[in-house]
Amino acid sequence: MAKFRIAVHITPRKGLLDPQGNAVRDALRTLGFKAVKDVHVGRYVIIETDAYDALTAEDTVTDMCAKLLANPVTEDFEIESAVPA
Amino acid sequence: MKFGIVTFPGSNCDYDAYQAITEILGEEATYLWHKDHELHGSDVIVLPGGFSYGDYLRAGAIARFSPIMQDVIAHAKAGGPVLAICNGFQIACEAGLLPGALMRNSHLQFISAEVRIRVENDGTMFTNLYDRGDVLRIPVAHGDGRYVASADVLDQLEAEGRVVFKYVDADGATSVDANPNGSERNIAGIISEAGNVLGLMPHPERACSPLLGSSDGVRLLESILARVAA
Repeated sequence: MAKFRIAVHITPRKGLLDPQGNAVRDALRTLGFKAVKDVHVGRYVIIETDAYDALTAEDTVTDMCAKLLANPVTEDFEIESAVPA
Repeated sequence: MKFGIVTFPGSNCDYDAYQAITEILGEEATYLWHKDHELHGSDVIVLPGGFSYGDYLRAGAIARFSPIMQDVIAHAKAGGPVLAICNGFQIACEAGLLPGALMRNSHLQFISAEVRIRVENDGTMFTNLYDRGDVLRIPVAHGDGRYVASADVLDQLEAEGRVVFKYVDADGATSVDANPNGSERNIAGIISEAGNVLGLMPHPERACSPLLGSSDGVRLLESILARVAA
């Protein structure tokens, strides 16, 4: 077993109203960043876990996302490659 | 009849529910601790409002894995009544007892106010003492109450009469202004396919006495009694 670190990005499902993202977008435009088209605010989760190898660690984290970290109705998730921790 | 009210760390409406059931309804109630695996012979389970586990990750996401929830889910799957209010509604959705999810209010503000909801289905075990079209005055208090589901699920819920309550204005119409949180189709409460799990964001247990400004929630509790005792 080795120790791995995996980062997970969880974002609001595309197409669903994202009031938080819209509020940040509007604030950025007010600050003068007029070119801003769209903003989405999500969560960034870092997990350290023991696993046999990187692939196993990534599979396990995918399972964690499906079961707890992301809501399948409202959120999408992306997993970064596992790196030795 | 015995009501079991689950107390999670962060629940804050468990006592409201206890008081409404024991003092207004005159029935037996007991608190169920989230770490236990024991429903103590409860006929009806109440998942109360609050901020279980601090709403960490998502409202209700962690509470659904509480030990007691495995027993509550088994109770629901066996047809046992579950009344899921506010945070309880969020937990029931996370647990898969009800479809869809509750997201941040569209205006991003926590709302604590009395709203009007219209009874869409008076044939459920929770609404049989109301009439369809009745408009009830019930308080809401939430930051994450915007009900969302896919269009297919929403169509199915409406077709099957599973949208039990909708937010309406003083005239009983489902206007945009009457929608306190941006819920899809003004949905305030839905029921499970089998009809034994009701989830709603408004707090009927806080509308059980003229002293609280409204007694419109009493018949919801009495409906359960009428149906389950029958």
